[in-house]
Amino acid sequence: MNDPKYTGQEFKVIGSRVKRPDGIDKVTGRARYGADMNAPGQLVALMLRSPHAHARIKKIDISKAEKLPGVKAVITAADLPDLTEGNAGLFDTLENSMARDRALYDGHAVAGVAAIDKSTAKKALKLIKVTYEKLPHVTDVDDALEDDAPIIQPRYATEGQHGNLINKGEFGQGDIDQGFAEADVIVERSYKTGQTHQGYIEPHACLASVSPDGTGELWVTTQGHYSYRNTCAQLLGMDIAKLKVTSSEIGGGFGGKTHVWMEPIALALSRKANRPVKMVMSREEVFKASGPTCSTSMEIKIGAKKDGTIVAARAECRYMNGAFPGMWGTLGGMTAFACYSIPNNKAIGVNVLCNRPKVAAYRAPSAPMMAFGVESTIDQLSKELGIDPVELRLKNVAREGTQAPYGPVWGPIGIEPTLEAVRDHPHMKAKLGKNQGRGVACGFWFNIGGQTCSDLNIGPDGTVNLTVGTIDVGGARASLAMIAAEELGITYEDVKVNIGDTSSLGHNDTTEGSRGTFSSGMAAIFAARKAVDVLKERAAKMWQIPVESVIWEDGSARANGKEHSNLSPLTLKDIAKKAGSTGGPIAGHHEATAEGAGVSFASHIVDVEVDPETGKTQILRYTVVQDAGKAIHPDYVEGQFQGAAAQGIGWALNEEYIYGKDGRLQNSGFLDYRIPVCSDLPSIDTKILEIPNPGHPYGIRGVGETSIVPPLGAIGNAVSNAVGVRMYEVPMSPPRILKALDEAGV
Amino acid sequence: MRYESPTTTKEAVALLAQEKGQAYVLAGGTDLLVRLRLDTIEPDLMVDIKRIPAMTEIKKTATGFKIGAAISGATLGKNKALLKAWPGVVEATNLIGSDQVQGRCTMAGNLCNASPAADSVPAMIAAGAKAIIVGKKKRTVAVEKIIIGPGQTILEKGEMIEAISLPAAVKNSADAYLRFIPRTEMDIAVVGVAISLKLKRGVIESARVALGAVAPTPLLVKEAAKAIIGTKLDDEALDALAAACSSACNPIDDKRGTIEYRRRVAGVLAKRTAKIAYERAGGK
Amino acid sequence: MAGVHVTTTINSDPVEYVCPADESLMDVLRDRLGLMGVKEGCGTGDCGACSITLDGQLVCSCLVLGAEAEGRAITTVEGMADGQNLHPLQEQFINNAALQCGICTPGFLIAAKALLDENSDPTETEIRYALAGNLCRCTGYDKIVKAVQAAAKDLRK
Repeated sequence: MNDPKYTGQEFKVIGSRVKRPDGIDKVTGRARYGADMNAPGQLVALMLRSPHAHARIKKIDISKAEKLPGVKAVITAADLPDLTEGNAGLFDTLENSMARDRALYDGHAVAGVAAIDKSTAKKALKLIKVTYEKLPHVTDVDDALEDDAPIIQPRYATEGQHGNLINKGEFGQGDIDQGFAEADVIVERSYKTGQTHQGYIEPHACLASVSPDGTGELWVTTQGHYSYRNTCAQLLGMDIAKLKVTSSEIGGGFGGKTHVWMEPIALALSRKANRPVKMVMSREEVFKASGPTCSTSMEIKIGAKKDGTIVAARAECRYMNGAFPGMWGTLGGMTAFACYSIPNNKAIGVNVLCNRPKVAAYRAPSAPMMAFGVESTIDQLSKELGIDPVELRLKNVAREGTQAPYGPVWGPIGIEPTLEAVRDHPHMKAKLGKNQGRGVACGFWFNIGGQTCSDLNIGPDGTVNLTVGTIDVGGARASLAMIAAEELGITYEDVKVNIGDTSSLGHNDTTEGSRGTFSSGMAAIFAARKAVDVLKERAAKMWQIPVESVIWEDGSARANGKEHSNLSPLTLKDIAKKAGSTGGPIAGHHEATAEGAGVSFASHIVDVEVDPETGKTQILRYTVVQDAGKAIHPDYVEGQFQGAAAQGIGWALNEEYIYGKDGRLQNSGFLDYRIPVCSDLPSIDTKILEIPNPGHPYGIRGVGETSIVPPLGAIGNAVSNAVGVRMYEVPMSPPRILKALDEAGV
Repeated sequence: MRYESPTTTKEAVALLAQEKGQAYVLAGGTDLLVRLRLDTIEPDLMVDIKRIPAMTEIKKTATGFKIGAAISGATLGKNKALLKAWPGVVEATNLIGSDQVQGRCTMAGNLCNASPAADSVPAMIAAGAKAIIVGKKKRTVAVEKIIIGPGQTILEKGEMIEAISLPAAVKNSADAYLRFIPRTEMDIAVVGVAISLKLKRGVIESARVALGAVAPTPLLVKEAAKAIIGTKLDDEALDALAAACSSACNPIDDKRGTIEYRRRVAGVLAKRTAKIAYERAGGK
Repeated sequence: MAGVHVTTTINSDPVEYVCPADESLMDVLRDRLGLMGVKEGCGTGDCGACSITLDGQLVCSCLVLGAEAEGRAITTVEGMADGQNLHPLQEQFINNAALQCGICTPGFLIAAKALLDENSDPTETEIRYALAGNLCRCTGYDKIVKAVQAAAKDLRK
């Protein structure tokens, strides 16, 4: 597949700015999201949640709730399978959906109720009596590793290390001790980042229906309906094939809808009540009991020669995984120095447990924190060396042939071109006033391929249905229709893309790791090529010539060779019309584990103004430069860049989970969580670079995640250049900046 | 819960007086319905006052303005006479929430909700606003005397605010309000400062300074007013004003700000607010 | 709980319903009347996804009781298009890729329409502040602002 002929290709449809197919539904209110589906006889389900950060559940008395007229089912962990001896991941998933012996964080579900309406369900929750024994709790990642910290999950404790330390992911090359010994200048700093939430506007919602015969249906807002199906079926002892999961339109996910939360409980309630059950989280529940990202604490050390050659780098970062183990530190360790070519480097990502909700992916998960530390340190190094920060980065940049710190040797990659584009961008010459500063930072993120299955069917009139199993969060259906049209040589308008439910296609991995358009796009290409093979056969049949004499060009079959010059081309529509008499419906399928996912790099520029009297930071200008491989639909590529940058800006300036001394979350609403509003942001300028991914027929790379990585570091650098103080903690909220200004005596 | 929408003040008062359970007045509902949603209140009765004509008008009276308790921020912002007379009060009220919230929120509701951080309350206090309270009997009380603690007011069972009265504008006087929030919109004030002042030949003859979000209740800070009365708002006066505001603060550390931060920023905002009011009043 | 009987007008149509006194207008519109274009993002007036107009005034329907709608006129996103013709804002949101996931879109459209009804030629800053009550987590707002500018231009023609 690594065929250079696919780079620098000319396209007809790819790269144009067509109208998305779901646009009208979404601007008229017709599109159906998670909470927009109802079923006859449906019940409303609500969850009772722990008010304690950590508590033993001594007793749950549901007798009064069960007796309340209108209540159809009440469920506690006692009603769910005991997976103690089984798969650890499944055990954790179920225990997170409903606490078993202990509530592990503020908001951990302890019981679920299904009733005829919401007010009855609310009353029932109040009738459930839970007897808790409060236990000591810990919510800070560093405190969790103190000797006297309570152990969150004794079953994961390993002898010889702290009980809350799950594991470490360690990556690197060379000999860092020797590297630092060779360095002329070494900068070593500590940083912390707050816990943030994806902040999708649509709360988790589902409609579950399970019959006594063991079949079931789930309508749900999810990034991966196949994985929801597989997980729910396994948790509840159902046959995978008998649970049909349909993904609704999804109101944002950013990684937060890759795991099940309350869905298994909705299914269990439906099974118990033998009625459809609708369950919708409140915003407070979303903040408290879905999966935000990690808070972190880290040390970064980088050493360079006087000429700016970085000779050694070390990063150690502790990632707070919440109450259940994840692989977040490991991912962070892999990304730490990926933008650079450093002969001696070591990055360690440490996974730590705390009494906070189970962490989930959040757009380029784990990379922004590490990049905040690394990019802040590189800027400080550039000051000490007296070298321009962009030039210092360019001097040490990773290129084709550089071995990545986590193993692979890079093919053609985009970090150097993005940095050069930054250096040459007019933004870099914009005038800055008093208390204003400019910052630059880089970011890296992986793409993944994964299991993919698609189905392309040509109708009798020659229009095409492409069915894919990856969900569409932000315009993927447009891109996939463009790809199918490009490959078949027909118009975009002639392709209709559908997201299949789990019973209509084979397994598809979750839409995460920027894989949706990459992998389903690849599957669409190969499905289309198989359909073209069939089309050629049918044309040969219609012409009664050997199939070897038929070629496919511009959406038509053409007969090759002088002897067939009397045969005028047959369009796809011509062939489709005759399908019934030439062998039946024409289709193409593709099933594979997609290989060849590229990697993605971005460099950002930001200008800020800091009010030195209040510590408030305003973003004045913002420019994103990112490598897209090949932009299928430039509008939606730009949209991904802008949205990712906006999330990074929120993370950098204001967003964070604030826990009280009691271990309870104090800002579980949009009001005090403070995601950026429209007036907080300037227009976000974008520059798409196209360095083709040789692993994809069109050179496509995933574009969705990387641009959330640079903003934290870029803004930290800009604040430092604006008012002369270096911020070591994110968010760089006004009180923190004012304190830093005071301490620096500025 | 029962919902009633009387068309006269008398009826509304009677409904509130007769209710044995928890009764609430529904004006804009931008706080009340949030509390209902979050289950922090369980009302037995809500009395919607938006259909009472007397409560839905802004009247210019001989002594100033009478603003009905159901007047929304959006309606207030469109009243040119009021905007000219009390720009600080109007801008403070218009800072509450989004345009959506502006379509509903009211000054009287902001006052009755009794949050220490209410934006319109310091502005009303600085402006010398009074609340016209109806109940068993009618009484008029200065706004600074209404709130006695977070969420607590002097209103007794069966009482409600019918209108807010503002004095008529005086020549060479003006008011202003500034608040600090981390974002540009949608936040609750971390610090709010309102100042109204009157000039005589460029010298501040009288002033009222009020602070929000820095103590259990909004504060009328007499020391701060003293610091600028008799001055032309020179640097020394501004520093004294800032110091007086900072030392009047009795804040808490919470998710919105620290004690130290609130004290500092109260002083910073006081200076900025005073300059705006001074300039509006014609000072140079 | 006794229900409140309400007679009102929604998207120019006469509508009657009965709802509990404490039910929000958002819940009435969504769950009783099937107007699912009214989205719930928070239920507390912080996200604007449930924006509607009530007697022409932009409000969050989660912060209005269903009972309050008696005799009023409500507009939701379902009432924006004129038959088969989309409103210029709807057109320009599609043309400018101003939506990604689309859950916030109905609220933005209603809020933007309320703005343009009052101010036919708003500056970028005016647009940004007028839309500050509508949260979007996908777009970074850039293309939304451009779509509103484009629609304003169309509407001035």
